[in-house]
Amino acid sequence: MSISIDKVNYAAGEAVIIDGVTLTIEKGKVLGLLGPNGSGKSSLLRLIARLRKVQSGVIRLGNDDVSTISRHELARRVAFVEQQSTTETQLTVRDVVRLGRTPHLSAWSSWNVQDDAAVQRALSSVGMQDRAGQLWQTLSGGERQRAHIARALAQSPSELLLDEPTNHLDIQHQLEILSLVSKLDLTCVVALHDLNLAAMFCDSLAVLQHGKVVASGAPEDVLTEELVGKVFGVRAHVAKSAVHDRFHIQYLVR
Amino acid sequence: MSQKGWALSALTASAIVLLGLIISLAVSIGEISIPIETAAKAVSNRVFGTGFELSRIHQGVVWDYRLSRALVAASAGASLALCGAILQALLRNPLAEPYVLGISAGASTGAVCVMILGFGYGVLSLSSGAFIGAVVAFLLVGVLAAGAGGTSERIILCGVAGSQLFNALTSYIVTTSANAEQARGVLFWLLGSLSGVRWPDVYLSVPVAIAGFVLCMAHARSLDAFAFGTDSAASLGIAVRRVQIVLLGATAVMTATVVSMVGSVGFVGLVIPHAARFLVGPAHHRLLPASALGGAIFMVAADIVSRIIIPQQILPIGVVTALFGAPAFAVILYRARRSA
Repeated sequence: MSISIDKVNYAAGEAVIIDGVTLTIEKGKVLGLLGPNGSGKSSLLRLIARLRKVQSGVIRLGNDDVSTISRHELARRVAFVEQQSTTETQLTVRDVVRLGRTPHLSAWSSWNVQDDAAVQRALSSVGMQDRAGQLWQTLSGGERQRAHIARALAQSPSELLLDEPTNHLDIQHQLEILSLVSKLDLTCVVALHDLNLAAMFCDSLAVLQHGKVVASGAPEDVLTEELVGKVFGVRAHVAKSAVHDRFHIQYLVR
Repeated sequence: MSQKGWALSALTASAIVLLGLIISLAVSIGEISIPIETAAKAVSNRVFGTGFELSRIHQGVVWDYRLSRALVAASAGASLALCGAILQALLRNPLAEPYVLGISAGASTGAVCVMILGFGYGVLSLSSGAFIGAVVAFLLVGVLAAGAGGTSERIILCGVAGSQLFNALTSYIVTTSANAEQARGVLFWLLGSLSGVRWPDVYLSVPVAIAGFVLCMAHARSLDAFAFGTDSAASLGIAVRRVQIVLLGATAVMTATVVSMVGSVGFVGLVIPHAARFLVGPAHHRLLPASALGGAIFMVAADIVSRIIIPQQILPIGVVTALFGAPAFAVILYRARRSA
C-alpha cells in the first residue's frame, strides 16, 4: 500500500526533530531517506511505524490514518528493521524469524502450518534456510541484519521500513541487502548514508536536513552537485555511471 | 507430537511427580518422623473425610503444620521464580530478580514499623505491615521510573535507589529503637522463615501463585517479543506500556504476598529462571511453567534442608537458598562474562 506523510511535525522536548514533512511513497516502490546524522531519518521511520506519536499532521497507509489502526493490526501491515538491534537471549535464527509471526497470533492460539510456511519463505528469501538452527550470538553483522529482515518478512507486511540496514557491513553485504530489498514486492522506506547505494537501489529519494525535506524525487533530480554541497557540505562531481545507467557521485577534496 | 514435544511433556510430568514426592517428604521428615503412609492417611482424613485411625499428634503435625508449610513453600518458590523470569525478560537484564524493584526493602521497613515502632496498634499484623511496605516501595519506584523515562535501565536504577532508601530506613529504625532481642527477631524475619505458616496463609499464597501464573502465561508471547527491546516489541504489535504495567503489577503483588508471609528469601527468583532456561530454552510458554515448577521444588527442598541440617534447630530458609544460590549465581556471572 502507498504511504503518505502529510505536514508531519514531531519534537522531543524542546528540540524539533521533524518539521513539516510531506512525502508520498507509491505502492511497491523503494524510497531512500538521505541526510546527515541527526537530520531526522530514524525519527521519521519511527513515526511511520507509530513507535513515536506525531505532534501534528497525518501519516496514512493507503487511506488509513496510522493513528487509528490498532498496534496489533499495524504490525501485520508495517514491519520495521531497526538499526543494529541485538539480544542477550540465546535465540536461534529460526526463533528470531518466528517472532515475526507475533502479530498474527493471539495469546492462546497455537502455531499453525501457515505460520511455519511464512517463516520458511522468509528464511529462504534472505538465503538463510541453512542457518536456521544457528545461534544469534554466533552470527556476523550481515547475517544478523538478514535475520532481522527475514523476521520482518515473516510479519507478511505490505510496508517495510529499514533504518540504515547497511551500517557497519562490508560492501558485499551492503549490496546483497539492498538488492534483496529492491526486489521485494513491498512498499519500502530505507534510511541510508551512502549516496551511491541510494542512487543505485532506490526508485525515489528524499533528503532531510534539520527535520525538513530539502529535496525529493527521482535520484537523478535529487542528487545534484549543488544539493550535495549544500546538505552534506562536500564538493562532488555527479555523472551518469559508465557501467550502469544510475547516477554516480565522486567526492572532491579541497 | 514431535520428539522434542514428547521430551518436554515427559520433563513436565516428571517435574510434577517430583514436586508431589518432595511435598510428601516434607510432610514426613522432621523432629517427629512420620511414615509417608501415615501422612497420606492424615491428609485423606481431612480431604475426603476417611476415618483412618491415627494418633491425634500425627494427624495434627501432618495437617496443621507440615502440609500447610510445604504448600506455602511450594507456592512461594513458584511465585518468586516466575517473577524472576518475568522481570529478566521485561527489563532485559539477566540479573533482574523479584526484589529489584525495592519490594523486599519496602517489606522489611513495613515489618519493622509494626514490630518495633508498634504501628497499627496491634491491629496490623507483621505480614500486613510488610505487605503495605512492599506495595508502597513498589509504587514509589514505579512513579520514579515513569518520571525518569521508563526505559529498563532507568527502572532498575530507580529500583536500586528505592531499595537503598528503604534499607536505610529499616537500619535507622532498628539501630535507634530496637533492643537486642527485637534486632535478632528482625534479622530472622529478613532471612526468611516458614515457621509461623498455617492454613490461612495457604489460602492466600496458592491462589495468588496460580492467578499470577495464568496471567503470565497469557503474556508468554509478548515476553518473547521483548527479546530485541521495547521498540522491537512495539513493532511486533505488543502494547508495550500496557504489558509492562500489567506484568510489573503482577510481579509486585506476587512478591509482596510471598515476602509478607515468609520474609525476603533470596536467590530463588534469580537462579531458578536461569536453571530453567538451560533446561527448556528461552521461549516463555515453556520457561514460565519450568520456572514455576523448579521454584516450587527448590523451595520445598530448601525448607526440608533448613529443618534437618542442624539437629534441634531450624535455619532461616534464606540462608539455605543462598548457600545453594550463591555458587549458582557465580556460574551465571562466569557464563555471562564468556558470552560478552
